[in-house]
Amino acid sequence: MSAHEATAVATHQPGTKKLFMWVWFWLLVLTGIEVFLAYLRLEPHVMLVLLVGLSLIKSALIVAYFMHLRFEKIGLFLIIVPSLVFCLVMILIFVFPDSLRIVALHNIHP
Amino acid sequence: MAELDIDAVAGPAWGGGVAPFATNTKKLGMWLFLLSDSLTFSTAILAYAYVRLASPAWPRPFEIWPAIANATFLTVILLSSSLTMVLAVAAAHRDDVRRAVMYIILTAIGGAAFVVLHLMEWFRLFAEGVTPWSNQYVVNGQPGDPLFGGTFFGLTGLHMLHVSIGVIYLSIIAIGFGRRKFNADHVEVSGLYWHFVDLVWMFIFPMVYLMSVNLTVKP
Repeated sequence: MSAHEATAVATHQPGTKKLFMWVWFWLLVLTGIEVFLAYLRLEPHVMLVLLVGLSLIKSALIVAYFMHLRFEKIGLFLIIVPSLVFCLVMILIFVFPDSLRIVALHNIHP
Repeated sequence: MAELDIDAVAGPAWGGGVAPFATNTKKLGMWLFLLSDSLTFSTAILAYAYVRLASPAWPRPFEIWPAIANATFLTVILLSSSLTMVLAVAAAHRDDVRRAVMYIILTAIGGAAFVVLHLMEWFRLFAEGVTPWSNQYVVNGQPGDPLFGGTFFGLTGLHMLHVSIGVIYLSIIAIGFGRRKFNADHVEVSGLYWHFVDLVWMFIFPMVYLMSVNLTVKP
């Protein structure tokens, strides 16, 4: 097989077994860190920020390498990720402050 | 059939030719479905967070043993099944049918194990008096909020439904690819679905289990 053919195969289905094993290993490590955090008696909001941050890293690893989005055309990324972020931000803006209002009501009328 | 040469078809202005995302329609369709499905799960997780924050008597029923240990094991199963799925897709693209089918079957077995272990967890909670419409826990001297059961079983049930559908989907793909009725693209698209199911659990596990860990020592 010539060098040119080798490149063609690599671009058709990128990612090696070693790369996938590494991604899997790091996903397990991040899961281990999350479980370790559960043992620490952290404040709920600190815990929430750390867990959501770690989960976002894990999901980025899965989407980029397992779901091959890193190797796709940039256009596919651009129709999926920004629209998802936009919708999530809209849901958060319109829905979530209301639950904080209910917490405030609990404090006023315990 | 000859491979479509995207570069030859595409003009310089458009750059994508007849396939703007340089991918097949099945894959694009699956990506768009997963986009909408991720919003479904996002709203389910946000609904869970909302009622938890708004409720004065939210139980924290998950002790390190057995609940958190079980959920961690479920996470390892799903991550490993994602690894076997990605190896199945790679094998399918190499046209190594035997190995691809073996990896797909391993993935489906991982999914089935997940459903069985998760159902055992559910029945443990039923035995403790938590159902989708009632909650026997006592929190700070008040009866626990029944919405705990509603949101917990709703969220994990929706995920379990996805895993169960995934196991059926993968079994069909394994049989079809083994008989050469399906090609490597079908395997890759089913892989996208499976990785998404794994990805959703990466949010449910910390949000539902780790945020509700109970570290109090029983007398």
